[in-house]
Amino acid sequence: MTIPCCGPKCSGFCAFISVWGIIMLAVLGAFFYVHAPSLAEDLPINMPLWRKQDYNYNYVKDLYRKAAVNCWIAAGIYVATFILSCIMLKINLRQSNSS
Amino acid sequence: MGSLYRSEEMASCQLFLQAEAAYACVSELGELGLVQFRDLNPDVNAFQRKFVNEVRRCEEMERKLRFLEKEIRKDEIPMLDTGDNPDAPAPREMIDLEATFEKLENEMKEVNANAEALKRNYLDLTELKHILRKTQTFFDEAMSDQGMTEESIVLLGEEAVKTSGQPLRLGFVAGVILRERIPPFERMLWRACRGNVFLRQTEILTPLEDPVTGDRVHKSVFIIFFQGDQLKSRVKKICEGFRATLYPCPETQAERREMSLGVTTRIEDLNTILSQTQDHRHRVLVAAAKDIKVWFIKVRKIKAVYHTLNMLNLDVTQKCLISECWCPIRDLEKIQMALRRGTERSGGSVPSILNRMETKEQPPTYNCTNKFTKVFQDIVDSYGVAGYREVNPAPFTIVSFPFLFSLMFGDAGHGTLMLLAAIAMVVFEKRILRQKSDNEIWNMFFDGRYIILLMGAFSLYAGLMYNDIFSKSINIFGSVWHPTSGEFSAEIIKTHKDLTLDPTNDTDYRGVPYPFGMDPAWQLSLNKIKWLNSFKMKISIIFGVGQMFFGVVLSLQNHRFFKDSISIFCEFLPQVIFLTCIFGYLIVLILHKWIAIDATDAGCAPSLLIGLINMFLLNYPEEPCSSRVPPGQKGLQSFLLILIILCVPWLLVLKPYILKRRYQATQQKSSSRLGTSTEDGKSAEDAIDGAIQDDSHGQYEEELNLLEIVVHQCIHTIEYCLGCISHTASYLRLWALSLAHAELSEVLWNMVFRVALKVDGYLGVISIYILFTPWACLTIAILLLMEALSAFLHTLRLHWIEFQSKFYKGDGYLFDPFSFDKIIESRADEV
Repeated sequence: MTIPCCGPKCSGFCAFISVWGIIMLAVLGAFFYVHAPSLAEDLPINMPLWRKQDYNYNYVKDLYRKAAVNCWIAAGIYVATFILSCIMLKINLRQSNSS
Repeated sequence: MGSLYRSEEMASCQLFLQAEAAYACVSELGELGLVQFRDLNPDVNAFQRKFVNEVRRCEEMERKLRFLEKEIRKDEIPMLDTGDNPDAPAPREMIDLEATFEKLENEMKEVNANAEALKRNYLDLTELKHILRKTQTFFDEAMSDQGMTEESIVLLGEEAVKTSGQPLRLGFVAGVILRERIPPFERMLWRACRGNVFLRQTEILTPLEDPVTGDRVHKSVFIIFFQGDQLKSRVKKICEGFRATLYPCPETQAERREMSLGVTTRIEDLNTILSQTQDHRHRVLVAAAKDIKVWFIKVRKIKAVYHTLNMLNLDVTQKCLISECWCPIRDLEKIQMALRRGTERSGGSVPSILNRMETKEQPPTYNCTNKFTKVFQDIVDSYGVAGYREVNPAPFTIVSFPFLFSLMFGDAGHGTLMLLAAIAMVVFEKRILRQKSDNEIWNMFFDGRYIILLMGAFSLYAGLMYNDIFSKSINIFGSVWHPTSGEFSAEIIKTHKDLTLDPTNDTDYRGVPYPFGMDPAWQLSLNKIKWLNSFKMKISIIFGVGQMFFGVVLSLQNHRFFKDSISIFCEFLPQVIFLTCIFGYLIVLILHKWIAIDATDAGCAPSLLIGLINMFLLNYPEEPCSSRVPPGQKGLQSFLLILIILCVPWLLVLKPYILKRRYQATQQKSSSRLGTSTEDGKSAEDAIDGAIQDDSHGQYEEELNLLEIVVHQCIHTIEYCLGCISHTASYLRLWALSLAHAELSEVLWNMVFRVALKVDGYLGVISIYILFTPWACLTIAILLLMEALSAFLHTLRLHWIEFQSKFYKGDGYLFDPFSFDKIIESRADEV
């Protein structure tokens, strides 16, 4: 078929990282969505802006939701990466079998 | 399968083998792999042993096989590894094998020699072909002008005039030389012949193959014109010196064309012959490659059997071979059956005899392990092989090693990753075993797959207890810290940067602790580390003292097994009392502090370390909280202190004293026996017999070296007493490494992943996608590989030093049976 852009080890490694990324980012997104307080320090809170809003909790809730969506979209991109690396793996296997 | 608690019972046996059946019996024992032969001819030179000729023949066969293997590898033919395990062939078969190998080797050598000769011929013909082609141009130039070119007139001016004016008849030689050698060659010709020879050269475009090395070299065709015989001989000598090959080149063009045609046809013929030779070689090698692995195994087995037979002694009657060996008592039946099988196979009539012997030597230590327990036994054996029938720490290590590891590595996320990696290795273990990798590091990890599995599982549990998953806590059951809006109103929260939750009232703390593990609220608090430090230090001490106490109890088991009642009374008891009075009491204090003291008394909570020091200094200060001190504590502590102080001389003095008294008592007994019976000659013999009998009974009757015993006991006492204290402190590394791990994990998250999460908007998606990979790679590299290795090392140290020093002697040697499997595996690693 086509020339693989990375060898068997690289594609295997990419596949593994992609799987980890999918699972972990999906779970992380879920935790952001339920407003987990452990993740509060990871939010991009703009303190002066929040003070102006008189520390309204809805600001934080909005940030949580945005972070959750970000994580899920990143998980989706990792799904694409996973499919790509699986294809690379298959090409590599076929090449090593035929040669 | 025997028990792993103590090593197997071994028996020293004598083996009587009939001379004809010896080979078959030893090969059966090799297949079984349960007998360790002792070398009965240790002073005999290798060249003087009985079966030295057979061993030599085996080495010859191995050499031939290695040669064949090299040729097979050169041609890149795959060697079939069927995983077959053929039996050691009978001595008659050895001759057949030798003949086969000889034939194969000769064939290969012949084929190789022929190929080389053919290639040389081919090279010569190719060079000749090039010469014929290139010299054509030279001669054209030379003949085109009947007069010479400028150079030749100048060179040969005088002589040319001197002769009768005819066109000069020039002699010439033509040849081929390496391209690199042309410049020095030219210079040499110029100097030696004083410029009277004329060299023309041109390059051969295609590189030619050197027949010996197989390299491709660049060569050039040259032709040298000269006049006269002297110059001819000089030129020939120089060509020889520079290893240029000269070829006879005909002068006329017609002859050259004919020769050229002849050469071309010969080259074609040679090509066909060469390819046929290569085909033949390939066929022979392919046929050999099918069986070569099996042959290797067979030859190695034969050699191993003959090495073992060399260790046996020949009987006086020359008909029977005697050997001494160690074997496990439990497997004596199997060994008898193997011997019977061997005798039947060789067609011998007299059965082989296995005779148990009594011996004073320390038997080897043999622990039956399977693929799961093997790695734990290896860990224990790396420090020192257990003494014969000593308590084996390995079965306890199976649980305590992963447990202590998990205390230092407690992170559920990392534990999960480790567990998954180990499960992958275990599930695919058959496939990976078949592939037989050469990479040492991978083999090390693969051999330890079961211990990694356990470590991962235990770490997952410890991570849930510490509530630490990739440095974040998860709230499963609902945190028990819930500040109500009454006390912490919006105004207070907005104006204060830090707020303290009070566990004593009912508003902030529910009153019932979080059911499983650490409360997730701690992750957000500023004093998380202070709280966790106190907690982890205390549990480290509890587990450490527990493991050390267990070690001392194991020493009791050893004393009871070896019927050493003095040691129970003089060593075990004081050790236990010492350990319990100091550190058992410390644990009681810890538990009391956890259970009885509430947050309301936080200001007056007793300091454990200061309290322990004060116990030894008998210092009970009058302080504001002295009313909190339980009433009998001072008295109890003083009593414990007296016990502790008594234990030291008990441990130090009592055992040497008792040994000395015993020795004196036996001395008196034997001297009184001698004294009363010296009148009677007969009873003098009895007395001597009695003395000899006493000698064989134990160590007491030997020359009692009192100084040695006292020094040994002194060392033991100091080691134990100081060791108790230092080892207990050493267990605090469980806290230290777990703190380091948690901090590393947190720093990695904060510095790498949080940067991605802090990016606002849709750019955040890209940053999360990009930064996840480096975060994952660093987690694997730093936390999973480096930290795990570090925790592994510290756990190993805790087991080897702190735990095993309480009971382990480790002065044995491993049981090394004569086993074909071991020999073939070890040789496979070599080759």
